[in-house]
Amino acid sequence: MEDILNPILEIKDLCVSYTSKVMAVKHVSLAIEKNSITAIMGPSGCGKSTLLRAINRMHELYRNIRVTGEILLNGENVMEMEPNEERRHIGMVFQRPNPFPTMSIYDNVLAGYKLNGIRLPKSKKDEIVETNLRNVALWDEVKDSLTKRGIFLSGGQQQRLCIARALALRPDVLLMDEPTSALDPIATKYCEDLMDELKKQVTILIVTHNMAQAKRISDRSIFMFLGDLIEYDDTETMFTHPKDPRTLAYLNGKMG
Amino acid sequence: MKSEKNLKIRIAKSRLLFASVCVLSAITAIPLIAILGEVLLKGWHQLNWAFLTQSTPDPYQAMMAADAGQPVPGGIANGIVGTCLMLLVASILSIPVGIMCGICLSEYRKSKLAVVVSYLTDLLQGTPSIIIGIITYIWVVVPMKGYSAFAGSISLFIMMLPLVNRSTEETMNVLPPSLKEAGLALGGSYWRVMLKVMLPASLGSIFTGILLAISRVAGETAPLMFTALGGAAVSWNMSKPMAAVPLLIWNFFNDPNLQSLIWGASLFLLIFVLCLNLLSKRIAKKWKIY
Repeated sequence: MEDILNPILEIKDLCVSYTSKVMAVKHVSLAIEKNSITAIMGPSGCGKSTLLRAINRMHELYRNIRVTGEILLNGENVMEMEPNEERRHIGMVFQRPNPFPTMSIYDNVLAGYKLNGIRLPKSKKDEIVETNLRNVALWDEVKDSLTKRGIFLSGGQQQRLCIARALALRPDVLLMDEPTSALDPIATKYCEDLMDELKKQVTILIVTHNMAQAKRISDRSIFMFLGDLIEYDDTETMFTHPKDPRTLAYLNGKMG
Repeated sequence: MKSEKNLKIRIAKSRLLFASVCVLSAITAIPLIAILGEVLLKGWHQLNWAFLTQSTPDPYQAMMAADAGQPVPGGIANGIVGTCLMLLVASILSIPVGIMCGICLSEYRKSKLAVVVSYLTDLLQGTPSIIIGIITYIWVVVPMKGYSAFAGSISLFIMMLPLVNRSTEETMNVLPPSLKEAGLALGGSYWRVMLKVMLPASLGSIFTGILLAISRVAGETAPLMFTALGGAAVSWNMSKPMAAVPLLIWNFFNDPNLQSLIWGASLFLLIFVLCLNLLSKRIAKKWKIY
């Protein structure tokens, strides 16, 4: 495949291990193009979520997980940054919608600022909330109930709220860990359309179980198997002419 | 034919089981209902405004009234004030310590220290209250050279601590890890995530635990005998001996002239504890998040 011209994220020789013997991600190196959507596919247990969570250093919350290698964000090594600082630049959306249960919809969108101790004037707050809720096409549905708690929304709405919450901090990269696997098909469609809109502002890295979804939304695709990066290519090329027989087997539904 | 017979046997078994469940439930419920009934019957005509606002009569007055065949004057205001004050101080001491300790135990649940502390908490919870009273006597009353409400609060604090600790720990354990991850993924610092996300999410259950802890120690008598001792008049001075409702019940029992006051005081204590219990149940239901 052609070289990435404008990389925002570069991963060099990344290894993640849960125990001393087994590596969940093995010597992965790759670069991610700015303002693109990259899908990470692979059968269960192939290390795709582990790779994603390594990027915003989520593994550091758990003592037994070891991460080695380099991750560069705009050419800067994130492993040397403060984790809080880094996570502000690299947002994350989780598999299950997890709005903060005690906060209103309004406060959920602003949670990133609150948790970073950033104080904003009311007008600025209103602006951020409206812009980001519009960004995720939730504004019209919730504009009259901004003071209600976020958990009273439907699953799809909650997930969009979580995306708005992550976007409110204006991250460079958005990591999405199977964001639609807990949603129904209509809500999934909504979220997919949304991602296509969002890539103008943010680079998206999405883990998905769903090959059709990867094909629909992503510009590039990564196929992982047993912790190895097997193939990384244009989505179209990968789906039409996969180079590795394991990719072909996975895409044909013979694996995973 | 066979299946019909089989069905009859199964129905009979089901009925038998249902009947035994009813009997067992009744056995559980009867003591509480009997206690409530007995205390209510004997105490309700005593429980009036004067009873709640007047102090305990001195033995001489009580004796005179008893000899004259009049109802014993006075009430349990001193005990109510004492109980509330001591519970307040015990809560102020035990709530922050218990909540912080509970959070630590939940956060470091895999470390050896947390396992040991958690085990010790269980042991403290099971320690007989009279032993806690004796220990507080040696630790607080003897060095301070006198019985005091403060010493009483300390003994109640020791009794409340494991209860608050445990309820906080269990609540925090139930919170999904994704909640903490969501907070941290937004770049929040650890303590801000704990304070603004995790703690509010568990506040309802923690509050329930606190109320249950208060209701549990509100009726404690043994630890107060060695510490707060008791007192005849309403007192707000924490460094002096102070009355408490359970202590008054014990005093009334020991003084033949005051025995008519036992049931009013008992009824008050029972209602106080039941109300705290009901309140905590309501809060648990209303504030429930997970």
